[in-house]
Amino acid sequence: MSKELNNGIPADSEVIMGILNNSESVLKRLYLAYFPMVLQLIINNNGDADDAKDIYQEAIIVLYNKVKAGDFELSSKLKTYIYSVCRRLWLKRLSQMNRYGGDIKDFQEYLSDEDETERNNDRDIEFDKMGNALKLLGEPCKTIIEDFYIHNRSMQEICESFGYTNADNAKTQKYKCLQRLKKLFFQQK
Amino acid sequence: MSDNQLIEVIERYLNGEMSQEESARFEMLRNENASVNNLVTEHKDFTNLIKQYGERLELERRLNAIHDEIDVHSLKEELMIHPSWIVQLWRNHHSKISVAASIAIFAVLCTMFFTGYLNNHDNNYVKLKLDVQKIKQKTDNLDSRVNKLNVHVAPKPADNPGNFRGTGFAISSNGYIVTNYHVVRDADDVYVQNDEGKSFKSKVIYTDPQSDIAILSINDTAFRSLGAIPYSFKKSESEIGENVFTLGRPRDGVILGAGFLTASTGFKGDTTQYQVSTPVDFGNSGGPLLDNKGNLIGIIDAKETHIEGAAFAVKSSYLLKAIQEIPADSLQKPLIMNSKNSLTGLNEKQQVKKIRKYVFMVKVYNQ
Repeated sequence: MSKELNNGIPADSEVIMGILNNSESVLKRLYLAYFPMVLQLIINNNGDADDAKDIYQEAIIVLYNKVKAGDFELSSKLKTYIYSVCRRLWLKRLSQMNRYGGDIKDFQEYLSDEDETERNNDRDIEFDKMGNALKLLGEPCKTIIEDFYIHNRSMQEICESFGYTNADNAKTQKYKCLQRLKKLFFQQK
Repeated sequence: MSDNQLIEVIERYLNGEMSQEESARFEMLRNENASVNNLVTEHKDFTNLIKQYGERLELERRLNAIHDEIDVHSLKEELMIHPSWIVQLWRNHHSKISVAASIAIFAVLCTMFFTGYLNNHDNNYVKLKLDVQKIKQKTDNLDSRVNKLNVHVAPKPADNPGNFRGTGFAISSNGYIVTNYHVVRDADDVYVQNDEGKSFKSKVIYTDPQSDIAILSINDTAFRSLGAIPYSFKKSESEIGENVFTLGRPRDGVILGAGFLTASTGFKGDTTQYQVSTPVDFGNSGGPLLDNKGNLIGIIDAKETHIEGAAFAVKSSYLLKAIQEIPADSLQKPLIMNSKNSLTGLNEKQQVKKIRKYVFMVKVYNQ
């Protein structure tokens, strides 16, 4: 792929394909293409650059998950879609912080109807709980769980890197860790 | 089979590591044993959640990595809507600007106050009514001195000369007189004195403070009709350079002032007035201003003190307007304006002779 193509704004269909194929370069180009638009929206509506980063990444994740789940239908321009999601997320954030003054300065056209962000929110809460549970779990359990369930490493590898004398010990350890993680996870409200 | 082992079996089952036979057996177990079935579902969901959580972390890490390549600061500078410099100046310095502005306004007001600019009356502009009191005091002083010198001369019982004096002129033969509003302002009693020295009680029937016009009506039983008014009233404006004259009665007898119409606007560009070069004195206020054809073109009103021979006269069109606006119930006798002019063609001496009888001294009394 030529450099020129690499830098430009990716075509909408290219983005969809890129996400489905886990293309790092498409994700990067997508991110670079629309960040200024969202930054402009946020900083001119009572936000700062960090808010813009949060909101934008949240929107990208929404898009990413929808595409991955296969239920993304491109009914408008991708640009408009991203802008709309960010706008909605930012309005929500503003009213949570009681900083919403009743009107928002817009820079793009946007879709006013669909509300896809809600569903994503439940997911986010679960992920937050999981993150907390893993933190509370402590080492070496956390690493064992992450290595096995997230990074798909085999028990044999884990056994070696942690210096367990045999795989059975490691398995017992992993089982105990998992039980504790479940307990921590479900304890949270 | 302990839980530990069960979980291991479930994991093997979920990961598809079992042989066909083994997995078929396990599915049978699942079907038979509900608690095992539940455990399988629960474990599957939970490990999926861990996995997705991991993926999310990974995605966020990737996004952050991309984000770090962006020069957010310069982008921000570029995209921020910058208000114009004057708004920025105001936002940054509004308290200082406010204080400075307040001080400036205060200073200007103080200066204006102390230099007398705020006094409503202009020092260079005086209304021409005569304050008789001032003169009376002077004459009293003279009288007392004369009395000392000349004891056997009995002091004449003084005719009350009034507090203020001005001039007025007739606009109809049956006793309607025009003078300036400032002459009769706050008056308790108004008398007009004719050429022969006779006074008649009069009543103010209409005032127009804006144009400085007042209309009096003589309602004295001793008053007889004046006969046809010799001058007519000019509706249009007169031109600069016109020969004009005025008659006034600042004291007994009539005083002629002649000159030119020198400007079509009055003091500080007042369009309701003319400026004329006729010499006028206190007591001339309300006197008629006529052109040499005998048309009444204005009413002497005021003069400028620091310019010699700059007097001002209200334009006759405003007089006509004022006459129109007299409420009908104020007119106890009909006000018939003269439209014939019997002065045209006469020389000035003859004109003055004819007019002087229609020019009155207005005497104003108040407490």
